[in-house]
Formats: sequence, structure tokens, C-alpha cells
Amino acid sequence: MRLTLRVWRQAGPDAPGRMARYEVTDVSPDMSFLEVLDTLNEELTLRGEEPVAFDHDCREGICGACGVVVNGQAHGPERTTACQLHMRHFADGDTIDVEPWRAAAFPVVKDLMVDRSALDRIVASGGYVTAPTGSAPEAHAMPVPKEDAERAFENAACIGCGACVAACPNGSAMLFTAAKAEHLGALPQGRVEGDRRVLAMVETMDDEGFGGCTNTGACATACPKGIPLPSIAAMNRGFLAAARRAR
Amino acid sequence: MAPATRTDTRPSTVTLIWRTTVGKKAVMAVTGVAMLLYLVVHMLGNLKIFFGPEDFNGYAHWLRTLGEPFLRYEWFLWFARAGLLASVVLHGLAAYQLTRLDRAARPVAYVHRDARRDYATRTMRWGGVILALFVVWHILDLTTGTVNPRGEAGNPYGNVVATFSTWYGNTIYCVAMLAVGLHVRHGLLSAGRTLGAVGRRSQHAVRVASETLALTLTAGFLAVPLAVMTGVVN
Repeated sequence: MRLTLRVWRQAGPDAPGRMARYEVTDVSPDMSFLEVLDTLNEELTLRGEEPVAFDHDCREGICGACGVVVNGQAHGPERTTACQLHMRHFADGDTIDVEPWRAAAFPVVKDLMVDRSALDRIVASGGYVTAPTGSAPEAHAMPVPKEDAERAFENAACIGCGACVAACPNGSAMLFTAAKAEHLGALPQGRVEGDRRVLAMVETMDDEGFGGCTNTGACATACPKGIPLPSIAAMNRGFLAAARRAR
Repeated sequence: MAPATRTDTRPSTVTLIWRTTVGKKAVMAVTGVAMLLYLVVHMLGNLKIFFGPEDFNGYAHWLRTLGEPFLRYEWFLWFARAGLLASVVLHGLAAYQLTRLDRAARPVAYVHRDARRDYATRTMRWGGVILALFVVWHILDLTTGTVNPRGEAGNPYGNVVATFSTWYGNTIYCVAMLAVGLHVRHGLLSAGRTLGAVGRRSQHAVRVASETLALTLTAGFLAVPLAVMTGVVN
């Protein structure tokens, strides 16, 4: 396959950026999207040019490090991460636009790399449970209804890649925050801090400069881990109940 | 060592609601649902025009005497107007502030636009502005009669027929009613989600209800100008 990539190039956080055009030849349909970027970078290095900076780590779709907007869609046309997006979903001769996540809360570090530590600060503000230390508790000491366990697990699948923010027309982190709040809030171990957690996480989310939710559902469509949209409604319910109970 | 006592003062419910995006959207949801309930009653009241001038004008007069003798003449109407005005102001103010935040949250737009969002969600903001402007014209036309071609107090039937006998009256009204339909279509489901009332199981039902209500409201409101245009009501 022969592809034309239009890639966002930006030398640094405050440098101006632009879309640069590159031809990549010898692309195999079995390559992942990141491998195409690797191929491009090898050519750029041989030509003595600066390679394209992008985040990646596990390359098996479980770490959440990678993430680029491909043709206007977070992680590209398939519901997976960019590292698991295969070139068979594109056609020979395609022109592909590659851009970084765009959000005020995700400043560009370089090229396609953005700083996502705003998500870490949301987690730090409430994404924990109070647990007694010592020996591991007996597994059946605290029964958890099957449905609650499933709900917690579904939300725990979030890898924090930030695709929800990138896809949202408002740059909102509601799906991410809801996944974290629901993951812990669904379980009895996490209910102790329930009110404090949801209030703190929503406030941090707002303070970090993420937008609000307009229920377009773009986040859940883009999410590679299938975090369900109803998690947002559940967090809203939790937030309003906690706000009512506040002094 | 004893653990430190929490000495920070926690913000009040009102502060939490108005300061956060989630809370502000809850304000929009509640005021939106209040206005929606009013619209349903308004639409049903409008349909009385098909029973003739006495029926329609009688209904309009009854709205003024509603609640008597507990309330005085027109008091019910003014209470309703005050509630609606508060709803419009809060809804609009929250929408304006949230829109500013949303725009600021994506300072650099994508070069490659993904146009998969549906029409009703894309038109919420400007659709809302169109509706606000329409309400101003609508009040000047049929409440105060200022811009009505007939403008006869106590004869709403005649005033309605006069408005819908003009091309501009029909155009403004029909465009606004289509905007109402689109706004309600996305708005009701969105309000349900914002208030956390729509869960995994009920979301399909609420989506169908939003679409049905949007369609019913638009059809019910459009029935009046269409009836005047076709001469069924004159």
C-alpha cells in the first residue's frame, strides 16, 4: 500500500504547528497504525529530518498511552486504540490526516504528543478507597451483587487514553470521570467516600479546563474500551445526590 | 498521633450546583422540563381554536379567572409568567456560560472535521437563540398585540387568524416550531441523562418518548397556522 499522511508537526508547546505532508510506501495491510508512523520515522531519520513524536507503550491496546486523531476520529475508524488499528481498514492511495488530541486541558508537548496529566489529577482528587492494611481479607467477607461487580468491572476497563475528551465536541472529560467514579462507587468498598469522591472529581474536572457534557454520545462511540454512556448519567445522579447532602 | 480534623468548610448545595458544569446542566434540565410541560399545555390549549371563536376566546378568558376567588383576576397568569421568565433566564444564562466553557475547552479545532453528529444536537445552541427571539416576537404579537395586524384585546381568535394571514407570520412561526421540535428531541433525553433519571434500561424508552413528544408538539403547534392557511379556521 502507498499512503499519503498529513501529520501535525509542532516543535514544542509554544511553537506554532502545521500539517506536514508525507508519502509512505510499502505499507502492509497487516501493519498497525503506529507501525506506519514508525516506518515514516525511519525514513525521516535517514533523510536527517526530525521524526514525528507520538506516545505509545504496550502496543497491545491495554495501556492507554497511544492515541491520535485519524481522519477526525479518535483512534481512527475502528473501535480500538491506535496501536491496534490495522491498515487493512484503509485503501491503497488514501490520504490520512493525523492530529493530536485537541483540548485546552491537553496541551501539545510535541507533534502528536499531548500532556494528559489533567486526567491523573482528576483521579488523584478522589479515585481511591479507604482500606485497612494487613493481611488480605477473606474473599467472601463482603458480598457484592453480581450486577454491581459487572458494572464496576465495565467501568474499570477505562485505560485513561483520553479518546473521550478528543472526540467530544466540548472537550469534556465526563466519560473518563464517570468511569472512575462509577468503578469505585459501584462497590461497597468505595461507598464510604462516595459523596466526597464525586464532588471532588467533578470539581477537579472543571478546574482543569475540560468542557461540559451535552450528551452527544461522541465519547462512548470513540471509547476503545466501550465505557457505556449511561455511566455519565449515573455519575450525574451521584453528584446531584451528594450536592443535596452537602451542608 | 491523632488524624487531623477536617477544618475546611464545604460549599453549600447552591454553590455546588451553580459552580460546577454538572450542576449548571441540572439547572438547565429542570428549567427545560418546566418549560416543556408548559409547552404541552400551551399546545393543547391552542387546539381549542378548532372548536370556534367562542370556545377559544372563552378559554383565553378562563385562564385569567383561573384560581378565583382564591386568586384575584389574572394572578394565576402572572405567577405562571414569573415562573416561565425565571426558567428562560436561568436556562439561557446557564447555556451561555456553559457554551463559553465548552468553546474554551477546545481552543484549536481539528483540521479534519468529523461530521457524524446528528442535526438536533448540532442545532441546540443556535436553535435556542432562535427560540428566544421567537418568544419575544410571539409575545409582542399575540400577548400584547403590539405587532399584530389586528391587535384586538379580548379577541385572541381574531388575532391568531390575522397573524397567520400574513406570509411573515406563517414563516416565523413555522420555522420556530421546527426549531422547538429539534430542541425538544435532543433536550428531553439530555435532561434525563443530566438529572441521572435515565439509566441503562430506560434510555431507549426515553429516546422514543423524546422523539414522539417532539413530533407531537411540532405537529400540534403547526396545525393552527396550517388550518388558517387552508381556510379551515377563519
